[in-house]
Amino acid sequence: MLLFIEQVLNGLQLGFMLFLLSAGLTLVFGVMNLINLAHGSFYMVGAYVAATVMQASDSFVLALLVALFTAGLCGFLVEVIVLRHLYKRDHLDQVLATFGLILFFNEGTRMIWGRQPLFMQVPELLSGSVEILPGIPYPVYRLVIIAIGLAVAIGLYLLINHTRLGMRIRAGASNRSMIAALGVNIRWLYSLVFALGALLAGFAGVMAAPVFAVESGMGESILILTFVVIVIGGIGSVKGALLGALLVGLVDTLGRAFLPDLLQMFISSGANSIAASLSSMGIYLLMAVILAFKPRGLFPA
Amino acid sequence: MIVLILLPFVAEAVDESYVISSMTRIMIFAMAAVSLDLIVGYGAMVSFGHAAFVGLGAYVAAILSFHINDGSAVFNFPFSFDGSNNLFLILIVAIFVAAIVAALTGLISLRTHGIHFIMITLAFAQMLYYLFISLDTYGGEDGLLMPGRNQVPFIDTADDFTFYYLCLLILVVYIFLSRRLVNSQFGRVIRGCKLNEKRMQSLGFNTYWYRLTAYIIAATGAAVAGVLLANKTEFVDPGLFSWHLSGELLVMVILGGLGSIYGAVIGAFVYLLLEQVLSAYTEHWMFFLGPFLILVVIYARHGIYGVLQNKVLSND
Amino acid sequence: MTEVVLHTENLCKNYAGLAANTNVNLQLIKGEIHALIGPNGAGKSTAIAQLSGELSPSSGSVYFNGAEVTDKPVFDRATMGISRSFQVTSVFDEMTVLENLALAVQAHQGHSYFFWAAINKNRKLNQQACELASQFGLEQHQKLLAGALAHGEKRQLEVAMTLAGNPQVLLLDEPMAGIGPGGSKELTQLLDGLRGRYSILLVEHDMDAVFALADRISVLVYGEIIATGTVDEIRNNEKVQQAYLGHSEN
Repeated sequence: MLLFIEQVLNGLQLGFMLFLLSAGLTLVFGVMNLINLAHGSFYMVGAYVAATVMQASDSFVLALLVALFTAGLCGFLVEVIVLRHLYKRDHLDQVLATFGLILFFNEGTRMIWGRQPLFMQVPELLSGSVEILPGIPYPVYRLVIIAIGLAVAIGLYLLINHTRLGMRIRAGASNRSMIAALGVNIRWLYSLVFALGALLAGFAGVMAAPVFAVESGMGESILILTFVVIVIGGIGSVKGALLGALLVGLVDTLGRAFLPDLLQMFISSGANSIAASLSSMGIYLLMAVILAFKPRGLFPA
Repeated sequence: MIVLILLPFVAEAVDESYVISSMTRIMIFAMAAVSLDLIVGYGAMVSFGHAAFVGLGAYVAAILSFHINDGSAVFNFPFSFDGSNNLFLILIVAIFVAAIVAALTGLISLRTHGIHFIMITLAFAQMLYYLFISLDTYGGEDGLLMPGRNQVPFIDTADDFTFYYLCLLILVVYIFLSRRLVNSQFGRVIRGCKLNEKRMQSLGFNTYWYRLTAYIIAATGAAVAGVLLANKTEFVDPGLFSWHLSGELLVMVILGGLGSIYGAVIGAFVYLLLEQVLSAYTEHWMFFLGPFLILVVIYARHGIYGVLQNKVLSND
Repeated sequence: MTEVVLHTENLCKNYAGLAANTNVNLQLIKGEIHALIGPNGAGKSTAIAQLSGELSPSSGSVYFNGAEVTDKPVFDRATMGISRSFQVTSVFDEMTVLENLALAVQAHQGHSYFFWAAINKNRKLNQQACELASQFGLEQHQKLLAGALAHGEKRQLEVAMTLAGNPQVLLLDEPMAGIGPGGSKELTQLLDGLRGRYSILLVEHDMDAVFALADRISVLVYGEIIATGTVDEIRNNEKVQQAYLGHSEN
């Protein structure tokens, strides 16, 4: 039981990290109708920059701020230099161009930081653990990730539903030509939304840096999960992204933690490897089942 | 074409036999790219899991060879099925397996459209990826070495020279068959589904089954490429199912120009040659390949083949 | 004795609580040109989509030659002989005129699971496609891409495609949309030439065309049919004048 609670927390933590990534990606999809395979690159940039600044200055806050700024700036530049030309293009062209961006960023980080993975210390203030329930110590840092995820979710909700910018974003998602006709400068709206998405992805990268290894190509494995999240949630829906992220986080974590033992009860030989593959497949099974019944995801925008 | 026929002799003459090996690899990928173009370019079914069928084909070859070496049966129930080392038999089994898997996954995938289709095909490929990782008998994550190439009566496939021509022959036949297909009645229906599926239905076509059929046909082509790939490297691993390979196949097709058989072939050649040439000059070749792809997208709207066609047209 | 080809019983369609069609009872008699008119948003396109099978009704049923087809999908109804055209031109722009027509013909010749023979050498298909083309004055454009046609010619191609395979019923959704007075006169003549051979349900805003063509007219207002009758009956119907003609002529 205690283990279960711990694993649920782990699942939530992964879920909220995925949410940071998916929120931006789903907005970019919904508002600009753009498939961006390179979204994971901003996550990677965030992680690398944070790890480097942290090593140099020993200040987590500084590392966070510099990383967020860099990721946002990268997003802005990529939008202005490359993606702006592709909004009216076929999705396939976008796939090819953003695939090119992935190659560029991955190799770029390798040229700057080398092939060895970087490691980042958990900031001292957050490095201990607390007893969330009697007998269950849990790392503070992971709790902070959950809290930040929640805060960003609430912040995005307020931004989208209660500000002028949010109103424009929603209008842009539902009717592009209309909002252009109303005189909103769509170019800068797009750049802003894109940079915001990149910044959130960078944020996720900073959060992930002390937990996972910081290495070139780290963006892609998480990108696939992110795509699964937004497809399950329904493309363009931030609410769907939140729900999808938590679902994926929980299914993935709990599956990996408990499926092997569960299977062991029924079959003895080879249970471990079967369970391992089944639990890795879990989220894809989840997605296939959801799409089979709701071809446009849980919250079609 | 003539270049491809003569190439091995030249390579042999200048003692650069690795050229034969890398060209064989390129031709095999060209075939996989053509099969993907059949659904992406002609049918607008953007599959992000096409490598799964390459992987299936490759594993069929490796597993059947593994069992002939091992002396055990592949399975005994409901009937006994022994391993084999005969390339033709293996190709047939591979095509059969790919068709069944494509039919099952296609039944579900084709209910969705657009980006959802992209993602669900990816999901199925990932499932197969993890499935093969878990097959300890067949090497799991480490992959499986083949005891040698599969055999074809009267020729020596172990010889790289011969194997090159075998692949070239199969590629040419496959291109020919694909061209027949896209110019057939069925091919026109698939093109119609790409352009306006709703209208196709109102004309009286049950588009779902036509699209599923096309999906299955494309899968079998990829499986054949997979069998050849396994034979070329004499090694298979779950990485063959990875989304990286699916993505690269898509890039080849788009780079060459969607919806033209030759475009897919050109795309495969250009992409893989660029990769090889760049990597000979710099370790960081991807740093240059990436922006090149972006430039192609922005400035060459219909891929390389499209640009070539326009050149020819404007010269007339 | 008049023979009903296509009819509906209490057809209703709601979108998220909004009624687009309420108890629509339409009867299409064999050989007639039956116009369905009504102000914008009256539910005409919704009605057509339910007859052709793109939308399934919230309640009520559709009958074709006396047999219920309510649950039949679009392509089944098309091969049974209910053919439709679209308000927004839906020809295949990247195919030639002849290819467009051949594709329409192909749909009615059994299955198309032929993977080998080159289709552009299929004489039977090409010949039937040619016949359709010449019937609609498109013979000189046969080799042209449909996307390169003028708007009026595209509309003609759109209608020509519905004639492939000798359907019994044509559902024409605003065939005159956006083609101007000259083109609409020409198309009116073409449609007049089809009279008697097909049973035609014509949704149209061009009142000149409607009055010139229609044997009977049904008027749809706010999703309900308020009157059905001959041209004269409809002209003199008070309810119609109030609800519809009153608006458009003032």
